[in-house]
Amino acid sequence: MLTKTNKSLITAIYSILLPFYNTVLLQLKNQSTNMSDIQKLEALVIQVRRDILRQVHKVNSGHPGGSLGCAEFFVALYQEVMDRKEEFSMDGKDEDLFFLSNGHISPVFYSVLARSGYFPVEELNTFRLLNSRLQGHPTTHEGLPGIRMASGSLGQGISVAIGAAQVKKLNNDNHLVYVLCGDGELQEGQNWEAIMYAAGNKVDNLIVSIDLNGQQIDGSTDTVLPMGNIQGKFEAFGWDVINIEKGNDLEAILSGMKTAKAKTGNGKPICVLLHTVMGNGVDFMMHTHAWHGKAPNDEQLEDALSQNPETLGDY
Amino acid sequence: MKKYTNTGSKDTRSGFGDGLTQLGQTNENVVALCADLIGSLKMDDFKKNHPERFFQVGIAEANMIGMAAGMTIGGKIPFTGTFANFSTGRVYDQIRQSVAYSGKNVKICASHAGITLGEDGATHQILEDIGLMKMLPGMTVINTCDYNQTKAATLAIADYDGPVYLRFGRPKVANFTPEDQTFEIGKAVHLQEGTDVTIVATGHLVWEALLAAETLNEQGISAEVINIHTIKPLDAKAIIASANKTKCIVTAEEHNYLGGLGESVARVLAENAPTPQEFVATKDTFGESGTPAQLMEKYGLNADAIVKASLKVIARK
Ligand SMILES: Cc1ncc(C[n+]2csc(CCOP(=O)(O)OP(=O)(O)O)c2C)c(N)n1
Ligand SMILES: [Mg+2]
Repeated sequence: MLTKTNKSLITAIYSILLPFYNTVLLQLKNQSTNMSDIQKLEALVIQVRRDILRQVHKVNSGHPGGSLGCAEFFVALYQEVMDRKEEFSMDGKDEDLFFLSNGHISPVFYSVLARSGYFPVEELNTFRLLNSRLQGHPTTHEGLPGIRMASGSLGQGISVAIGAAQVKKLNNDNHLVYVLCGDGELQEGQNWEAIMYAAGNKVDNLIVSIDLNGQQIDGSTDTVLPMGNIQGKFEAFGWDVINIEKGNDLEAILSGMKTAKAKTGNGKPICVLLHTVMGNGVDFMMHTHAWHGKAPNDEQLEDALSQNPETLGDY
Repeated sequence: MKKYTNTGSKDTRSGFGDGLTQLGQTNENVVALCADLIGSLKMDDFKKNHPERFFQVGIAEANMIGMAAGMTIGGKIPFTGTFANFSTGRVYDQIRQSVAYSGKNVKICASHAGITLGEDGATHQILEDIGLMKMLPGMTVINTCDYNQTKAATLAIADYDGPVYLRFGRPKVANFTPEDQTFEIGKAVHLQEGTDVTIVATGHLVWEALLAAETLNEQGISAEVINIHTIKPLDAKAIIASANKTKCIVTAEEHNYLGGLGESVARVLAENAPTPQEFVATKDTFGESGTPAQLMEKYGLNADAIVKASLKVIARK
């Protein structure tokens, strides 16, 4: 019979070895199936979806809809697009920076940060719990690596990113600053102050992506407050705009972001209109605002997970 | 000792929503504005019944406050609805200039106030809004304690001419004040007579104060419980009279102790009847994610905390 100490010793050894075991297993799997780079990213996207769903389900709160819609974007950004350092530092010198303006989609942010090595994936288990570093909305207050600014109150991210981008120039650091905003979020006036500033002051080391899912809390963006021609508005303010029509297609995102990057340094800030589907990857959550801020129940979770079978191992 | 019964837990925001629905039928001058939070604010019925008097402004709170101020010109009574943080901090100068200084009859109705908003965390849990609003000259500041009181307050502020900040919350809490109450702005409500300590509470802490009074009673301590729903103008007379009787006071609120009800009470007492006081409130901190009950416990905002503060202040007499 196992004594209590023996048991915990075995558990401890197991938990130390498990990550290595998983990595080896994954490598073997990759070799045997000869996964291409894009397939690896796709496997990660599916795992990220599972992370999103499991995080919000556990605490019966949080925002799965927008998170799912941006899973491919986050994976592309952190795995391929950004030039970033392994170790997190608040100042982020000599690396690209990312700011999440629509902080409510924290589940996708946390999942991708963890799976990009900023903190242990097991910590996803603490999402929205008391004393956690994974607050409902991202925060610097609890010192979670990967986060440089609190967000949650909408409409503030572009301004912050402009500030950081200006300092990159002052520091002769020619890395880029990325931001993601919701489309409903664009209704906040502060965005347009920032959009005006960035063009007027040639902040051309800045790439602002808009999660163009056409949905917000009370309904579609068109029923809540029609914003008309968003591309035309950015262009009228003096921005260079590119569209990623297939915002949930990794290859489209990678090539679109490559184009966006190539456009930097030419005197204009860059806007990427990322055409996404809210709730992407879970059939009953797609194309509706209903899952903006609602967690699935047990059965719904099971259904959603069965549509996204485990790839890299659940936390 | 008087007994209060919870007639069924309900959220205070539903009291606001139901009050607004009633106003829609009884007062044709009432108009409502919302910034992409209709469901959270329980404004669906008003919108459905009076689409022409309902204005969805999108996620644009500053514009909402400005529009509301403009709508008073021509005689309408605008009720704005969003979370407390976005009703105050987000739009402070719009309220200051276009509503308070301009003396406009706008009702700023704020849900999800305080820490009991829960899991969304500190970005959404404003604990400074009472202070922000009470500092504005001419602003009336109300924080209701249960469903019935919130509904009554919603009806009452429509009949009052002047800017009002009405603060309420997200979670389901005990509903214990009378259904047919008339809400008198600026008038304290005596819930419990007592002689050893005065407990002055507002918002969600009122029910906790009643629970605390029961516990104290079991220990042979007679607590007077006063519900201050209107923080400004404050019912100074009621507070002074009770302090003169019990000689010590505890204030309880779901708010920072800097700028909250406690400081307003302290000022009144310092001027009129200096009295030992303990503050049940958050102590100059932001909140965090967690369930409402966990957070009330961690930040010392429940009946237990009120009992401890009462024992402490009695010892200071
Ligand atoms: C200043 C502010 N106002 C209101 C809210 C409440 N809120 C949270 S998310 C949201 C809708 C955001 O829409 P969108 O940016 O399109 O995000 P999506 O629903 O597509 O994820 C609202 C109104 C907020 N967080 N901040
Ligand atoms: Mg959207």
